[in-house]
Amino acid sequence: MGVSQRRWIVAAALLAAAATATNAWAADAAGEAGMVKTSRGSVTIERQGAQLAAAPGFKVLSSDRVRTGADSAVGITLRDNTSLTAGANTVLTLDRYAFNPTTHEGAMQTSLQKGSLAVISGKLPKASPDTVRFQTSSVTLGVRGTSFIIESAGE
Amino acid sequence: MHPAIVFAIAGLFAWLNQAPPPPPPKPEVKVEAPKPQPDRVVLLPDADGNAGAVVLRAGAGPEQVVDKAYLGAEITREGAVTVSPQDPADVQARYGALLSARPAAPASYMVYFQSGANALTPESRAVFDELKAELARRPVPEVQVIGHTDRVGRLEANDELSRRRADAVRDILVAAGVPRGQIETSGRGEREPLVPTADEVAEPRNRRVEISVR
Repeated sequence: MGVSQRRWIVAAALLAAAATATNAWAADAAGEAGMVKTSRGSVTIERQGAQLAAAPGFKVLSSDRVRTGADSAVGITLRDNTSLTAGANTVLTLDRYAFNPTTHEGAMQTSLQKGSLAVISGKLPKASPDTVRFQTSSVTLGVRGTSFIIESAGE
Repeated sequence: MHPAIVFAIAGLFAWLNQAPPPPPPKPEVKVEAPKPQPDRVVLLPDADGNAGAVVLRAGAGPEQVVDKAYLGAEITREGAVTVSPQDPADVQARYGALLSARPAAPASYMVYFQSGANALTPESRAVFDELKAELARRPVPEVQVIGHTDRVGRLEANDELSRRRADAVRDILVAAGVPRGQIETSGRGEREPLVPTADEVAEPRNRRVEISVR
């Protein structure tokens, strides 16, 4: 078999592999992290300078910043089933999120600038405990599971 | 005049001529900034009543593990960590509004496959009615269809087989009226057996697809 023929076979194999890639991978490539499931009061998502109203069904991306007003709250379920709920007067940034649904590898780094956050961790910390981090200005949390609250007065 | 009266008058004058006593020091109005509130962490019980654990790192101090339900920690700006048990009623009072906004927990259903194939066992079909009822209860549902295999065959081949099984279940769901856009499929291959076995052991309970609704 000639070199060029072999290259064609490799290329065809790569294409076939790409074709079998599931829509889950496509979602990962788009930086899709999760979805807003509950929303009360004033909830906005800041993305690349834009302010977007976050109603239920809104898709949250890695590096989005969530901001809530007084008497407001927002509940987000991420792709690994982690649930993040931000309370009133909260600023929360999803600094980094990645999840591979086949291997369960990935990472989640979140910072709570101020306010309150209730977390129920999902599949990520079970497979990759050291890559899941929650941060305030005073403390960094590593997560071994499962349900907890963080509150920060902010800077 | 009686000398006693003279003395008294002289004393009175002396007293009147005295420099007025310095005014008492004004009570200092303290305008220093309010003490910054510490950050707080509290571990809650899981759905099954147990508690996981979180590891705190603050300042230059050692790691602190919080690993019991309603165990809380306060963390100052300076990085001092105080761990203490919290009253569940206080936690509810402080965070009730936050907790009430939590999304519904994911619900999970399992369907099983005949050996080596992507055909469902007959009894698995009954699960779909239950699943559709759950979807109707959720305002913005998403469906994860996750295929699994037993350990017969190579890892890569099982990844592929598990994906085909997930796709087969997705097609059944779409035919049953679940919008395709709500469904995401993935394959875990042989990585997550329900029943652990040695490699190359056929185990029907591991040939399954999990349908997770969130």
